Amino acid sequence: MSGPTRLSDLARRDREEVTRVDRAPLAPLPPPLDDSGTRPPFAPLSDQARERFDGALDGTLALNLPVPAGPDEERALVERFLAGLDKLFERENNWTFLEPLVLTMEHCAKCQTCAEACHVFEASGGEEIYRPTFRAEILRRLYFKHVKNGGLLAAWLHGDITLNWPLVARLAELSYRCNLCRRCAQACPIGADNGLVAHELRKLFSQELGIAPKELHDNGSMLQLSAGSSTGMTPVVVRDNVEFVDEDVSEKTGLEVKTPWDVEGADVLLVHNAGEIMAWPENPGAFAVILNAAGISWTMSSELAGYDSINYGLWYDDAQFARVAIRHAEAARKLKVRKIVLGECGHAHKALAVVADRVLSGDLDIPRESCLTLFRDIVASGRLKLDPSRNDFPVTLHDPCNVVRLMGVVEPQREILRAICPQFREMAPHGVDNYCCGGGSGFAIMSGHNFRDWRLQVSGRKKVEQALEAFADCLDPSIPKYICAPCSNCKGQFRDAIEYYGLWKKHRILYGGLAELIVNAMTDVKPGFIEWEWH
Amino acid sequence: MTVLTFLLIWLGLGVFAAATAARAVRYARAPVHLRWELYPVPHEAPERAAHGGSRYEELEWWTRPQRRHLLGELAYMLPEMLLLAGLRQHNRRLWYRSYPFHLGLYLVAAACALLAAGALLDVAGVPLGDGAANALTAACDLLGTAGVVLSAGGALALLHARLTDPKLAAYSAPADYFNLALFAGVLPLAGLGFLLEPAPSLLVAARVARFDTAAPLHPALAAGLALASLTAAYIPLTHMSHFVGKWFTYHNVRWDDGPTSERVRAKMTEYLTYRPTWSASHVQADGTKTWRDVVAGTPPRRGQR
Repeated sequence: MSGPTRLSDLARRDREEVTRVDRAPLAPLPPPLDDSGTRPPFAPLSDQARERFDGALDGTLALNLPVPAGPDEERALVERFLAGLDKLFERENNWTFLEPLVLTMEHCAKCQTCAEACHVFEASGGEEIYRPTFRAEILRRLYFKHVKNGGLLAAWLHGDITLNWPLVARLAELSYRCNLCRRCAQACPIGADNGLVAHELRKLFSQELGIAPKELHDNGSMLQLSAGSSTGMTPVVVRDNVEFVDEDVSEKTGLEVKTPWDVEGADVLLVHNAGEIMAWPENPGAFAVILNAAGISWTMSSELAGYDSINYGLWYDDAQFARVAIRHAEAARKLKVRKIVLGECGHAHKALAVVADRVLSGDLDIPRESCLTLFRDIVASGRLKLDPSRNDFPVTLHDPCNVVRLMGVVEPQREILRAICPQFREMAPHGVDNYCCGGGSGFAIMSGHNFRDWRLQVSGRKKVEQALEAFADCLDPSIPKYICAPCSNCKGQFRDAIEYYGLWKKHRILYGGLAELIVNAMTDVKPGFIEWEWH
Repeated sequence: MTVLTFLLIWLGLGVFAAATAARAVRYARAPVHLRWELYPVPHEAPERAAHGGSRYEELEWWTRPQRRHLLGELAYMLPEMLLLAGLRQHNRRLWYRSYPFHLGLYLVAAACALLAAGALLDVAGVPLGDGAANALTAACDLLGTAGVVLSAGGALALLHARLTDPKLAAYSAPADYFNLALFAGVLPLAGLGFLLEPAPSLLVAARVARFDTAAPLHPALAAGLALASLTAAYIPLTHMSHFVGKWFTYHNVRWDDGPTSERVRAKMTEYLTYRPTWSASHVQADGTKTWRDVVAGTPPRRGQR
C-alpha cells in the first residue's frame, strides 16, 4: 500500500488494516523523550484477535466485532446499519442532536481547517484516517446517497461511497478514534462539528446494532443502572469504602473526618465519580475535609447511581445517558437538597449540568454546580486557613475539555491555584484552547487488546508534550512536580501516561486533583497531605 | 435572447430567495436539540467572555439573571462575516485565497443591491437627477468591477488549491471543482458584458425591473446575466448556502447556552411523547413506548449483539 489512506480503502474486502499506526513515525516529543529510542513498544494485535474480530483499521481494536458467519449475515448487518442511518436523521428517533448533525452534514466546506486543531491527527504524524473530516466525509456521502436518496446527482455533488460490511465495521472502529473534545469544531469557520459526527456514529452503532465498547456499555452504563456504579460498588459497599476513606484521612490530617450520608434537606448533594473512591481515595477524603472545614451543609447519597456521577451514555448512547441523568436528579430530589455539586469529573459536569439541562424539568430540575466554583468561593472567602508555602513546588493545570471548552468553567480553578501554589504555571495552550488528555470520551478506561498503547502513544501524545514543556525548566528529579487534573478520567490517563513514559521514575512528575492541593495547604491539617509516592 | 435573459434573471432571483428561505425555515423548524454549546460564547458577560467563561463560573449561578451581551456577539460576528476572522486565525494559507473570493462576492452583492435600489426608484417614478444617477452608476461599476476581479481571482486560487493540494483533493467531489470554475467563469463574463453594453448599468437594471425588452442587451451581457442568474439559483441548493447554515451553527448550537424557556420546556414535553424505533435490545424501544417510557426503564443486562 502506498500514499495516504483514501475513503474508499475502508470498503476494502481484505481483512488487513488500512494503515498501521503502531509502525508509523509519530510526531516527535520534546526532551527528554525526543530520542526515538525512548519510544515504548507498541504491541501488535494478537493473531487470535485479528482472526476473531472485524474492523481492521489501524493496528488496534476498541470494539470486538465478531466476523459475520457469511454473506447473508453481512448483508443483514449492512441493512441494520442503513436502518440506523435513517433513524439518525429522523425527528422521532434523534431529536436530541438532529439540527447540529444536519448542519454539519450539509455545510462542511472541506477546507480541512479542523485537522490542524486535532491532537490525534497531529500526534499520528498526519495519518489520514484520523483527520476529523475523514469519518465525517464517509457519513456525509452515506447521508446524501442513502438517506436523501441522491443517486448520481448526489455522487456528483457530494462524492460517492461504497457501502458494505467492511466499511461499516471499520467505521464503527473509527468512531472510537476521536476523544470528542470538539477542538476541531472550535476551529471550524462554518461551525461544522466533526466531534459530533463521531458521537452520532457511536449512537447509531449502539442504539441500532448494540455495538459499543464493553468498558462503556456492559461494564459501564449497564452496570451503573443495575448495581449503582460502574465500579460495581453497591450502596452498602460504597458506604463501607467511604468509611475507610474517612478513617484514613482523619489519621492523615489529624482532623476528624466524617462523610454525611443521606441527610435530608442538606444544602449540597455531592456526587463523586465513584472511581475516585476506589482509585484515588485521597480525593473524596479531601472534599470531606474542605466541606466540613468550610461549614457547608452537605451529604452524599446512597441511592442507586446517586453516589456515582459518571454518565458514559454521554459518549455513545442517548437512552443510557438520559436514564443515568434522571437517576442522578432523582437522588437529589429524594433528599430535598438545594443543589447538586459535581465532584472532580469532567464528563459528569457536562452531562448533568449542560447536556441534560433541557430534559430535567419540574422537581428534577435541581440546580447543578461545579465543585471548582464552590472551592473558589471557599478559598476566596477565607474560611480555610491556607499556607501557600506548603505547595511550593511546580504545579501545572490540565483543563478537562468537558469542564472548560464544553461548559465554560475556566477561571475558578486558576484563581485557586494562583492563591495556593506559588510555582503555578500554565500549559500552552490552555483554557478553552486546551488539548484533551487523550483519555476523553471513555478512552481512559479502555485498554482492551493493545488499545492502551494507542491511547498513550497517539491520543495522549500531545498532552505528554504539553506537560513536559510546562516543566521544561525543572525536569530534574530532585524537584517534585504536580499536574493538577480535576477530572477522574483525565487522572486515569495521566496515571497511565506518566507510568508509560517513566515520568515519575525519571522526573518526579506526579498527578492529582485540585482538592488535594487545597487540603495540602490547610494549616489546620498535618503537613504532607500530598504524598510524593507513585500511586 | 433579451426576453430569455430577463426571465432567467427573475427566475434566478426567485429561486435564490425561495430556496434560501426554505433552507432557513427547515433549520428553524428542526427540533430543539440538547445543549451542545462550545466556549467561548461571546454574548457572555464581558469579564467572562474574554477567557471563554460561562455563568457556571458564578457561585449559585441560577440565582443571578442571565443577560446576553449582544455587543459582545456583534464584536465577534462582524469580523467573522466581513473578514472571515476564524479562517484567518486557523488557516491563514487558505484565507489568502478564500477572503478575496468572499470579499469579491460581497462587493458584487453590494453593486447589485445599489442597482436594484436605483431600479426600484425608477419603477416607483422617483426621478434621480443626472448627478445622482451618474454617481450611483459609477459606484456600482466600481464595486462590481472590483468584486468581479476579486471573486474570480479568489475562485481561481481556490480551484488551484483544490486541484493541487492532496488533502483538499482527496475530499473534493466533482461539484466542488465545478462550483469554483463556475464563479471564475460566470462573473468575469457578466463583468465583460457590462463593459461591452452601451447602456449604463443603472439603465439595464431599470429595464430588468420594468421587464422592458425593447432594446436588446449585448450578447455577452445577456449570456453573463443569464448564467449568473442560474448560478444564483443553484447556490442555495448546495453547501455554498453556508451563509444560512452558519447562522444556525453559531446561534443555535455553539452559542445556544440560554436558560430553558417555557417554549423549550413545552417542546421537550412534546419530544418525550415521540416513539423511537431504535432496535438494540437495551434501548427497549419497540415503537409503542415513548421516549419518556424508554428512559424511565432499566434495561435488562444482556449481551451486545
